[in-house]
Amino acid sequence: MHASICDTLSDLVQNALEAGATRVELDVYTGPDKVSARVTDNGKGMDEATLKQAVEPFYSEAGKHDHRRVGLGLPLLYQTAQAVNGTVDLRSTPGQGTTVAFALDAKHLDTPPLGDLAATVLGLMTFRGDYDLVLTRKTPTAGYSVSRRELTDALGDLSEASNLVLARDFLESQESSITEE
Amino acid sequence: MAKLTLDDLRKLREEKQKAMEKRDPSNKDAQVIVGMGTCGIAAGAKETFNAIIDELDAKGITHVLVRQTGCMGLCHSEPTVEVVVPHMPVVIYGNVNIETAKQIVTDHIINKKLIDNHICDKPAMDIVR
Repeated sequence: MHASICDTLSDLVQNALEAGATRVELDVYTGPDKVSARVTDNGKGMDEATLKQAVEPFYSEAGKHDHRRVGLGLPLLYQTAQAVNGTVDLRSTPGQGTTVAFALDAKHLDTPPLGDLAATVLGLMTFRGDYDLVLTRKTPTAGYSVSRRELTDALGDLSEASNLVLARDFLESQESSITEE
Repeated sequence: MAKLTLDDLRKLREEKQKAMEKRDPSNKDAQVIVGMGTCGIAAGAKETFNAIIDELDAKGITHVLVRQTGCMGLCHSEPTVEVVVPHMPVVIYGNVNIETAKQIVTDHIINKKLIDNHICDKPAMDIVR
């Protein structure tokens, strides 16, 4: 099990980008009873056989990674969901994309904390390539939405340190505005 | 922290640009790539990433691109950071805590000196294949 839900979100968004997605939507909800997230991408998708393999520990598509041949992202998510009365819904269509959604019992003792969402999303916005990552964040009473494209329009190159510092401040301010309510 | 809007962000960016207008931000010839696989994050790669961008920003360095990547196959030495600077060997540093992250900026990028005891070999070929 990952130490935080953000680590799982990192895995899922990285999977999406490695599948060639140009648009990734990340929806994150935290409430008193439920923590849920959905990652939707327009990457290359998986057929049924690949989908079955993808949930097996250590499976990783040949050639997907430069430096390793194993993967644990989805199996760790399934393990977490199983441990904390959660659910995982994995759907994929070859050529169209993949959606991974999960919901966890927020009150279960073993449900990992959300983690540092601002830092996680900032990191996920700094991969190479022209892609958009749209975060939609909700709690029962508040929410915000921000995209990589919006930040790039406002700041310019998101791989420049001074821009990254500003983007981090921005994401932290959004996150604290809803968690402080 | 007050909630920032995108307009606030644009204004802050303009202020920073004015402060840095004497430097040439278009000439990006160096790269710092932070490994942010599960192994890296578990070992503190987010803190490393933050330390690097804070140090680059504090020193006003604009010629360095900062990126993240997944696992580089060196899980035993996380957090790992690859540094690409012209006229220097491409180096993967391991066990990069916040202090070493700052050293990467001051020693490697600014003073063009390698940092002892943190240089990793590239991943073994059986992992790469």
